[in-house]
Amino acid sequence: MSSPKKCKLPLTSADSAEAEVFSLSASPAALAAVAKKLRRHIVTMTGKAGSGHPGGSLSAVEIVTALYFKMMRHKPGDPRWPDRDRFILSKGHAAPVLYAALAECGYFPADQLLTLRQMDSLLQGHTDCNLTPGVEMSAGALGQGLSFALGVALAGRLDKKDYRVYALLGDGECDEGQVWEAAMASAHFKADNLVAIIDNNGQQIDGWNRDVMNLEPFPDKWRAFGWQTIEVDGHNFSQLTQAFKKAKQIKGQPTVIIAHTVKGKGVSFMENNPDFHGAAPNAIEVELALKELE
Amino acid sequence: MKPEVSLRETYGQTLLELGMENQDIVVLDADLSRSTMTHFFAQKLPERFFECGIAEQNMISIAAGLAASGKIPFASTFAVFATGRCFDQIRMSIAQPQLNVKIVATHGGITVGEDGSSHQSVEDLALICSLPGFNVIVPADAIETARAVEAAVTTHGPFYIRLCRPKSQLIYDDDYRFKLGKAVTLRKGKDATIIAIGLMVKEALEAAKNLQAEGIDCRVLNMPTLKPLDQAAIIKATETGAIVTAEEHLEHGGLGSMVARVVVQNQPVPMEMVSLKDSYAKSGKPAELLVRYGLTARNIEKAVKLAIKRK
Repeated sequence: MSSPKKCKLPLTSADSAEAEVFSLSASPAALAAVAKKLRRHIVTMTGKAGSGHPGGSLSAVEIVTALYFKMMRHKPGDPRWPDRDRFILSKGHAAPVLYAALAECGYFPADQLLTLRQMDSLLQGHTDCNLTPGVEMSAGALGQGLSFALGVALAGRLDKKDYRVYALLGDGECDEGQVWEAAMASAHFKADNLVAIIDNNGQQIDGWNRDVMNLEPFPDKWRAFGWQTIEVDGHNFSQLTQAFKKAKQIKGQPTVIIAHTVKGKGVSFMENNPDFHGAAPNAIEVELALKELE
Repeated sequence: MKPEVSLRETYGQTLLELGMENQDIVVLDADLSRSTMTHFFAQKLPERFFECGIAEQNMISIAAGLAASGKIPFASTFAVFATGRCFDQIRMSIAQPQLNVKIVATHGGITVGEDGSSHQSVEDLALICSLPGFNVIVPADAIETARAVEAAVTTHGPFYIRLCRPKSQLIYDDDYRFKLGKAVTLRKGKDATIIAIGLMVKEALEAAKNLQAEGIDCRVLNMPTLKPLDQAAIIKATETGAIVTAEEHLEHGGLGSMVARVVVQNQPVPMEMVSLKDSYAKSGKPAELLVRYGLTARNIEKAVKLAIKRK
């Protein structure tokens, strides 16, 4: 086996002024095209790796695409640009969707995606902020990302910076008590620069959320904790974009976007199939999936 | 005799002084700010103080987010809650990315006293020293506490500083210079070496004085930094032919275990460990508890004699 290529992109850049703010003429058609690319990357890289979490990566594709290719202010050439909007992936097992987005934005070459989970790869099984340009937080132990994001949001407020902080959580992740500690604290601190997005695909490892640990009434819980609560179709760009804009307008309150999604979205035999939570497609399945994503 | 001074109060005052000079310092507490003494900071610099309520896991990950954004967060609560309650948060949010978070835990050890075993932190050093890259300090008095807090501000990386609840007699003078990762020789000696941390340093000095009267000449080392451990000082101590460690912590994974690891890999000599022996303590006055659980100068003296006999 050939060893993965080392990527030499800087984690910090001295000439940050020269790095360009990422921009795309983000028409719905352009976003849809990006989403399809990300899905192809997710299937290909987990297939090559032989392990990973394709289901919960595919469900979050539109959310991540809308953020990185339309809503967020960021510089792929300067991942630690102090004024960047921050994306905190709390559901660290969905690393493939983030890696795919970062590669498509230009944080590192797309050929690195094929090194996923291999020895010496920049791309660890779960996100590692020490290794991957553009990854803000090491995750994989669930429930910590919203608290971390709140810390980033509070620092932004202290520094009088106008960056926004987006944290992506799984719905199953909301079983963790720490999520609700963070929910309480974010409202208490009136963190209106913080947006939580729940990838509400309805499933976790042992089955449907409602059977494993019932979360309902889910939106009511967030409202009761003091959040502006918006429900959207998590695969619909215009609904997602509108929700992100609405989040920007509110003062004194954090916003949660409960994005209703389908686990494994875009690949017929992966959709709502818990087998693909933590297992990669085999070679034949990769081929079938890529055909569906042409 | 030197006065008794509160380590916690010194921490609170030092933090406030440093916070006045350094805008990056922020402080978090979990509903114990009057006990950890972070309330001095909270009163004067409220915009940089975050009261997190009784939610230690959340506090630790918020601190990590603040550190990732360039702040120098100090997160405080009792040692028992600051470690065991949120170990995974410390591991993944702080240790793995080596973030610049300073956990200053008060009420370490059994001298918490009357509150009993739920509040007596006897495993915290084993837990926190297991984490790669953490700097771990157990100051012996108020002056060393102030220096340790200063070092935590000027040294990038994760820190754990463990303070005790009771006031403690000063060991050092104002001109004491703390060096991270360095042991301090408090007394020279050739027959045995006593290595102590925290409140046990005072006991070690008393033991050495008493043993001198019996003709036993003890070296006394204060080992304020448990991580990175001063291996050179430990290896040098083997020249005395016997080592006794003294700590207010369980034997498993504490100072004694750490010193033994260095000793057996370099120059094995007989060792005895004055520490808690695989059990929880109970409610009582701090001084009573130290006697009951064998953490006094008298216990150190016996241990020294045992170790010397095994030479």
